Amino acid sequence: MLSDITLGQYLPGRSLIHRMDPRVKLALTFAFIVFLFVASNFQGLALMVALMLVVLCLSGVPVSQYFKSLKAILFIVLFTAALNLFYGSGRRVWGWKFMQITDGGIGNAIFISVRIVCLILFSSVLTFTTSPTQLTDAMERIMKPLQVLHVKVHEIAMMMTIALRFVPTLLEETDRIMSAQKARGADMESGGLRQRVKSLIPVLIPLFVSSFRRAYDLAMAMECRCYHGGEGRTRMKQLHMTGLDAAAVAVAAVFCAGVVLCAALFPASLH
Amino acid sequence: MFVLETKDLTYVYGAGTPFHKTAVNRVSVGIERGEFLGIIGHTGSGKSTFIQTLNGLLRPTSGTVLLNGKDIWAEPKKIRSVRFRVGMVFQYPEHQLFEETVLKDICFGPGNMGLSAAQAEERARRAAKFVGLDNELLGKSPFELSGGQKRRAAIAGVIAMDPDVLVLDEPTAGLDPQGRDMLLEQISAYHRARGSTVILVSHSMEDIARFADRVLVMNEGRAVMLDKTKNVFARGRELEAMGLRVPQITSILLTLREKGYPVRPVLTVDEAVEELRPLLRKGGAHHAQ
Amino acid sequence: MDKSYLSAENVSYAYPAREDEESFEVLHGVDLGIKKGEFVALLGHNGSGKSTLAKHFNALLLPAGGKVYVDGLDTMDESLKLEIRRRVGLVLQNPDNQLVASVVEEDVAFGPENLGVPPPEIRRRVDDALRAVGMYDYRLNAPYKLSGGQKQRVAIAGIIAMQPDCIVLDEPTAMLDPRGRTEVLDTIHSLNRGKGITIVLITHYMDEAVGADRVVVMDDGRILTQGTPREVFSQVRLLKAHQLDVPQATELVWRLRREGFDLPECALDTAECVAALEKLLPRPQKI
Repeated sequence: MLSDITLGQYLPGRSLIHRMDPRVKLALTFAFIVFLFVASNFQGLALMVALMLVVLCLSGVPVSQYFKSLKAILFIVLFTAALNLFYGSGRRVWGWKFMQITDGGIGNAIFISVRIVCLILFSSVLTFTTSPTQLTDAMERIMKPLQVLHVKVHEIAMMMTIALRFVPTLLEETDRIMSAQKARGADMESGGLRQRVKSLIPVLIPLFVSSFRRAYDLAMAMECRCYHGGEGRTRMKQLHMTGLDAAAVAVAAVFCAGVVLCAALFPASLH
Repeated sequence: MFVLETKDLTYVYGAGTPFHKTAVNRVSVGIERGEFLGIIGHTGSGKSTFIQTLNGLLRPTSGTVLLNGKDIWAEPKKIRSVRFRVGMVFQYPEHQLFEETVLKDICFGPGNMGLSAAQAEERARRAAKFVGLDNELLGKSPFELSGGQKRRAAIAGVIAMDPDVLVLDEPTAGLDPQGRDMLLEQISAYHRARGSTVILVSHSMEDIARFADRVLVMNEGRAVMLDKTKNVFARGRELEAMGLRVPQITSILLTLREKGYPVRPVLTVDEAVEELRPLLRKGGAHHAQ
Repeated sequence: MDKSYLSAENVSYAYPAREDEESFEVLHGVDLGIKKGEFVALLGHNGSGKSTLAKHFNALLLPAGGKVYVDGLDTMDESLKLEIRRRVGLVLQNPDNQLVASVVEEDVAFGPENLGVPPPEIRRRVDDALRAVGMYDYRLNAPYKLSGGQKQRVAIAGIIAMQPDCIVLDEPTAMLDPRGRTEVLDTIHSLNRGKGITIVLITHYMDEAVGADRVVVMDDGRILTQGTPREVFSQVRLLKAHQLDVPQATELVWRLRREGFDLPECALDTAECVAALEKLLPRPQKI
């Protein structure tokens, strides 16, 4: 069923990573992704993999969960790896007609695959250990300085909060509408692409109509609860940075410095 | 032969996962051709899941559903034809409306059956009449209708398929008493005129008492009672133990009966008046008119 | 009317014209006063104007004619809008569409956050509000996993956390199953008794009105009749003429009385009805 899909995939827990300030987690995840690209050789990449393994272990999330999120992108990893395999330069290892595989290609394929896997795992740690509300909250606070540039930070965060809240509701609704149309003989499983797209109309239109109705109700409910934009608004949950966060930043900084050092000391591995 | 029959019907949500939940548990019931069957049970009793197995929207985990004696899943590819024979009206059916006009929307089901446009329209107009939608409304956009009209248009969309069995899940939810009475009267009139089988799922015991010939009571995924309406509500205290109510009028007479008064359980106020009148006369409570 | 907490004085309201249609008047000069701490049930059909009237009590709608006052504050005064909405909370019919956050306690905090209440105080109010509606144990749950009755109680907690004097509930049970209805009704009765919160309950279920201090019946944009539940429900003929339900207990007693039996004018529930009948029935033989 559609409603089985969970968005955000948050897994509640009390691990060190769970207890970190979401702002710090968000910033560090961003930094790690940047440094994955700063790492231009296997030495640097090895450091990032080591860091990732440490984070994974500390997160207290079952390994199976991480495998699940990797499974979802397996195709992309294989596809990019295959592309890189054939488009490398260097010593020819294998060839057939116009296709050839070089040692450089093999290196590239491995390097890129590891990079993508790290990228996914880092972001998975963030979504597994941080609730969607914490995430939007962190984003709102991190982006606050942008208000100077007239970016509607509060409104964006509010929209994200509401979107997150309504995703399961709308999925459930989609399920219901699909059942109702199937009960009237709608055929959504067979036919060509055009036929299938056409068969979505009886689902999409009611879904839009009901979303508008919900939006109208919600706007009214928010007004009833004295919502008047971000001005003068307080928050029940204050975010606090603790020693834990300082330690995390310090450890991260050491690893990142290592990556930069590797980039300077060793030749690039990508060809 | 039953029009619909289930044998050891079981449905498990999320079978094979740690979250599996048995919603329907070995239910074997027969629904008679032409009857008006009420289904009651509190939320989570499995009644919604049960009715969705009847038209093949859900495929039973085990057990069978027989429509006119034939297993509906004998040929899974033809399951769509079962949905035309067992028409299903979901809760808040007005949420399924999508066409430009009411008429087109009612034609959606018949059109899916492969009927010609003219045949579909004829059926749609007949169905609209059953639910009391005026001709002039048929050309309007469904979104311009009032809440009650939308509901009736959506129900007409299922009736237009001319099903052998019409299943309605809480068709009166959210309507006011006037709208509720009108809709139920129309469904009852349709039942009488077409002689088709009607299954009504409702939380309103008063409605069930007024219209149903028989009542199926579901509790924790099992079919715990299936009997004439009067007999089911006579077991009021058992129903209450399951978290269900009986109509207030039934409850009043049941209470009197428990106190030793010779009254039979009733389903409507009319019946209660008939039941009490001779007794009150005997008590000499009549005062001069 | 000077002692009323909520007062509507000769209120009329028309929904603005749409395209080729004419504007549609739904309230025609309604006068209604509601006292502090009172539990008022507002009955009527869909389209009788009861919801429209309700939305006037927290300045969601403004009267086209007449005045609406909340504790003496004029709802037409734009600068008082937030204060009026803090004092009079409105709970809507669809429990799914009024919860904002993905976590119960964060949703309840929404109102006080908008009011700029200091964080520790919000925490205290949220916990109190959730306890008051019996949802404290669910504070970390996601709203979409709750039952309809539970969602509606969370919505009520969201209003309570703003510390209102009055809660207006617009058909809060229309989409609920019987169990959910009982939960919500018990909750509002306990808020009325325990916290002295004024309640305006809009409903078309007559049995929900039986427990109110006063019942106001609306029909076609006007007040048809009002009084204690007993006064209102004894007017069976009037209610039936307007196709409104009366509880079956009330109807039975009324019908038998009409046939000449010496029964009281009105019985509100099963117990009253049974007691009234027992007085007249010949004593049962001992079994």
